[in-house]
Amino acid sequence: MSWVMANLPMIGGRTLSHLLLALPAILLSFILAIPLGWFANTYRWSRTTLLTAAALLYAIPSLPLFVMLPAIFGFGVREFANVVAALTLYGLALMVRSAADALASVGTPVRQSSTAMGFSASSRFWQVELPLAGPVLLAGLRVVSVSTISLVTVSSLLGVDNLGLLFVDGFQRGIIAEVITGIVVTVLLAVIFDGLLVLLGRILMPWARARR
Amino acid sequence: MIRFDHVSKSYPDGTEAVRDFTLELPSGQTTVLVGSSGCGKTTLLRMVNRMIDPTSGTVWIDDENVADVAPVPLRRRIGYVMQNAGLLPHRKVIDNVATVPLLNGVPKAEAHAKALELMELVGLEATMATRYPDQLSGGQQQRVGVARGLAADPNILLMDEPFGAVDPLVRADLQAELLRVQRELHKTIVFVTHDIAEALALGDQIVILAKGAAIAQVGSPQQVVAEPADAFVADFLGLGRGAFDLHLRETPNGTLVVDDHGRPAGRLADPAKPAEN
Repeated sequence: MSWVMANLPMIGGRTLSHLLLALPAILLSFILAIPLGWFANTYRWSRTTLLTAAALLYAIPSLPLFVMLPAIFGFGVREFANVVAALTLYGLALMVRSAADALASVGTPVRQSSTAMGFSASSRFWQVELPLAGPVLLAGLRVVSVSTISLVTVSSLLGVDNLGLLFVDGFQRGIIAEVITGIVVTVLLAVIFDGLLVLLGRILMPWARARR
Repeated sequence: MIRFDHVSKSYPDGTEAVRDFTLELPSGQTTVLVGSSGCGKTTLLRMVNRMIDPTSGTVWIDDENVADVAPVPLRRRIGYVMQNAGLLPHRKVIDNVATVPLLNGVPKAEAHAKALELMELVGLEATMATRYPDQLSGGQQQRVGVARGLAADPNILLMDEPFGAVDPLVRADLQAELLRVQRELHKTIVFVTHDIAEALALGDQIVILAKGAAIAQVGSPQQVVAEPADAFVADFLGLGRGAFDLHLRETPNGTLVVDDHGRPAGRLADPAKPAEN
């Protein structure tokens, strides 16, 4: 505990950098997965290819990916953009399938009745299909959120500032308290975030609980 | 008036859902398309609001060829009620009823006021307005569906087996309600069902369809029952199974009406109390 008290500002700073890497990646994978999932669903021929390709992204070992991306895109290994890009790819690996499943979960009767009411194709997507895909999208987003928050730590092996540095540094210098702090704060962050997402879902989708 | 003029619909795989269908559906009346599943009745219904476009032939609404009207505005001026109501589960009842006026840009307060009136018309309490569809019974959902179909005050109401998924008692209730609403509003209703009893209860004009939407008979309920055009119609009505030839039978408990198999179909009403219609 005394180690934690003595290093509070440093832990706070690393938590903040951790969030600044995880949040954009979570948000980006969510936003990018929706059109990809929509495409996989609308053009059936692309579904298997697209979903398999997305899933395979997850098979790329994370450390090499952090080193590989700069070679392709030309940014520095420790740059913000590199870390966010790599995390977004992993997020997409999980989220594209979720998005495709979510949009597919909207029933044919609802689609047909919206068409019959006179929704145009785009208003039907924004006002009917996307909101109704919400619960399944949220389920996918929760997995992505937890997985991304934990994956950020890998980039600390390259020297990127985040909570992972606590256990890299603590391990090298033999400070057990630092290692434990790194793990506990990372898990706490993931749990808090998951809770916030559930809360957000209840606020945005009050109808979902009526369905059961 | 809706007019089908030599309308056909075939699919690339060769199936012919509708073959050369011609019929006039008079304004302000209920026309029931009745037939077994797969006879093409729903296909016909969906040609009116262009959910399906015919392969050949023309569908007219008054003097307008529907093929010349863009589908989205066309659909917004035609009411549509479907099986299981097809309500939007993420919107409250009142917003479901107001769907089309809201799409048309009617201010929310105005659309909601009108929606409350319609809910009352179809027998829904105002307290239901803020519930979600999944919190309602099947019958109530169906009433919401009817109110939604009427919300933009369309001349035409298309109903695709709207009461098919509710239990018989509720169905009879909904049918009675529809008749009452129709006496008040005089819409041009196209009603699709596979239930001949429902057709007889609701139709001013009944169209009995065979495969490929071939017209087996068109007529009033009285005509169809009194003079079935052929063996197919007679069988469809249940004549062959003895359900429509009724007999009087004296019993110790009064005069009963029985079918050909002797099964009681009802009792003879007091002659002093004539039927409603």
